[in-house]
Amino acid sequence: MDSLFRDHILDHYRHPRCHGTIERPDARVEDANPLCGDRLRMDFRFAEGRVAEVRFSGSGCSISQASASLLCEAIEGKPLEDVKALTRQDVLDLLGLDELGPVRSKCAMLALKTVKAAAYGMATWTDDEEEAE
Amino acid sequence: MLRLRLSPTGASGDTGAPVGASVGAAPRGAGASNGTPGFDPRRVKADFPIFATPRPRPLIYLDSAATSQKPQAVLDAMSRYYTTCNANIHRGVYGIAEEATALYEDARRRFAAFVNASPREIVFTRNSTEALNLVARAWGGWALRAGDAILLTPMEHHSNLVPWQMLAAEKQLELRFIPLTGSGELDLDALPKLLADGRVKVVSFVHVSNVLGTVNPVAEIARVARQHGATVVVDASQSAAHMKLDVRALGADFVACTSHKMLGPTGIGVLWGRRELLEAMPPFLGGGEMIRTVSLTESTWNELPWKFEAGTMCIAEAVGLGAAVTYLESLGMEHVFAHDRALAATCMARLAEVPGVRLLGPPADRRGGVVAFTVDGVHPHDVATVLDRNGVCVRAGHHCAMPLHDQLGVPASVRASFHCYSLPEDVDALVTGLHQVTKLFAR
Ligand SMILES: Cc1ncc(COP(=O)(O)O)c(C=O)c1O
Repeated sequence: MDSLFRDHILDHYRHPRCHGTIERPDARVEDANPLCGDRLRMDFRFAEGRVAEVRFSGSGCSISQASASLLCEAIEGKPLEDVKALTRQDVLDLLGLDELGPVRSKCAMLALKTVKAAAYGMATWTDDEEEAE
Repeated sequence: MLRLRLSPTGASGDTGAPVGASVGAAPRGAGASNGTPGFDPRRVKADFPIFATPRPRPLIYLDSAATSQKPQAVLDAMSRYYTTCNANIHRGVYGIAEEATALYEDARRRFAAFVNASPREIVFTRNSTEALNLVARAWGGWALRAGDAILLTPMEHHSNLVPWQMLAAEKQLELRFIPLTGSGELDLDALPKLLADGRVKVVSFVHVSNVLGTVNPVAEIARVARQHGATVVVDASQSAAHMKLDVRALGADFVACTSHKMLGPTGIGVLWGRRELLEAMPPFLGGGEMIRTVSLTESTWNELPWKFEAGTMCIAEAVGLGAAVTYLESLGMEHVFAHDRALAATCMARLAEVPGVRLLGPPADRRGGVVAFTVDGVHPHDVATVLDRNGVCVRAGHHCAMPLHDQLGVPASVRASFHCYSLPEDVDALVTGLHQVTKLFAR
């Protein structure tokens, strides 16, 4: 019925994968989207240059939470180098969307920002790709 | 945690007596559309060209609290200025510069008359935010001393909170807050105690809340505040656009307004200030136009109001604002207020029928044309996105009032807001869209 609220987005929103926290994480990154109050926290365990485990928690709209769920699922077990190389387009592909308006884009990319910050070992990560738009 | 939720019973379709400002009598039992004799929102709507612009779906604009649409008269006035007499003001002595200056100052006079002020007390700024920063910086930076207190409310827009926080951090001032009642109104019983120790030197608060719609009793608060020696600042961003504002009757010392919410263009706002205060306090920004004499090491200030208008001002925008004020006066502010309030009442009654919708704020007869709500289990952003698919524009988020949402115990809300061109059909479209939302997100 609605092109944005596809079944798999709503499914990830209602039944998030990789949801939760990690007891003693190697990295914990929190970020928020001041536009709509989306909040994300991601806990990571790293092993041999890979994301051994990732868990997210937080609150927000379906796009922000589904993106987090999809992205966490996608990066678990992957080399950190791959995570560093993730782009906006990768997130859109995971969501199955061609484009997103600049406002909703912020919701979708919150998870990407959070994941990248962890991969680079930074407190926050700025999406230069987005700035350039 | 304080929860401000309204039972559906509060959402009567009545238009009660207006609160706070000197608004005219709202007709009792008025219907939403044509309850105000002599005021026809359909005819009004025809004056706003954005609604006639062809698009795949009709535009259902329910975000006037964020910014209003502009009538043709405003667009024409601005375009006429640019096409006939664009020149810098107060400088050139040639013909079109004189004309431009006259138009700019005429806009100031019109605005002054609109709020019952003297033109000398009308300072043009960029918006309300700048007007409030001007007060905090220029007046507050000059008048307040370490240990003084600033009294605010939890329902402030960030623009009447952050400037005071910045000043407080710099000058070791204390921030105090008038608590809210369960219905989202100010608990005035707490006022005497908050003011008792005499340290509160300024009380700054919003006239009409941009989230709850609450109409605060300005005159009453101002009277008590002044009895305790405090200066009174009123954020009239949401009220000036919708009700008759008489700055003298309000009893305030400073009042901030913003043009783009009152059918005027963006880029211009107004600070009204009591003349003695504007005379006594130092300027805000330094530069051209605000000076009388300048030497290499010091300057003296221009007279009011130009002392506060540094640099080339927003001339076309002032002209547009002047036209907006004239247009609003032609509608009659008491009609605009009655219309907005009646629509809000209709909206609240209809929303109460949608499962999972929770209304925020006081009953309709104590608010302006703003209705904020949440939908159980659905994030406001998702609500707004589904509504957008139906051509319905509502605001979702914290509406620049994060602390208020913290108090309400919700991260964000959806807000529908009305102006003179809003129609009952707009509410119908909102309700239809909300039924789709609940269906889509039902488990
Ligand atoms: C109550 C209130 N105060 C202040 C403002 C700020 O207005 P502006 O952004 O035009 O400065 C707004 C607008 O969002 C408002 O609703």
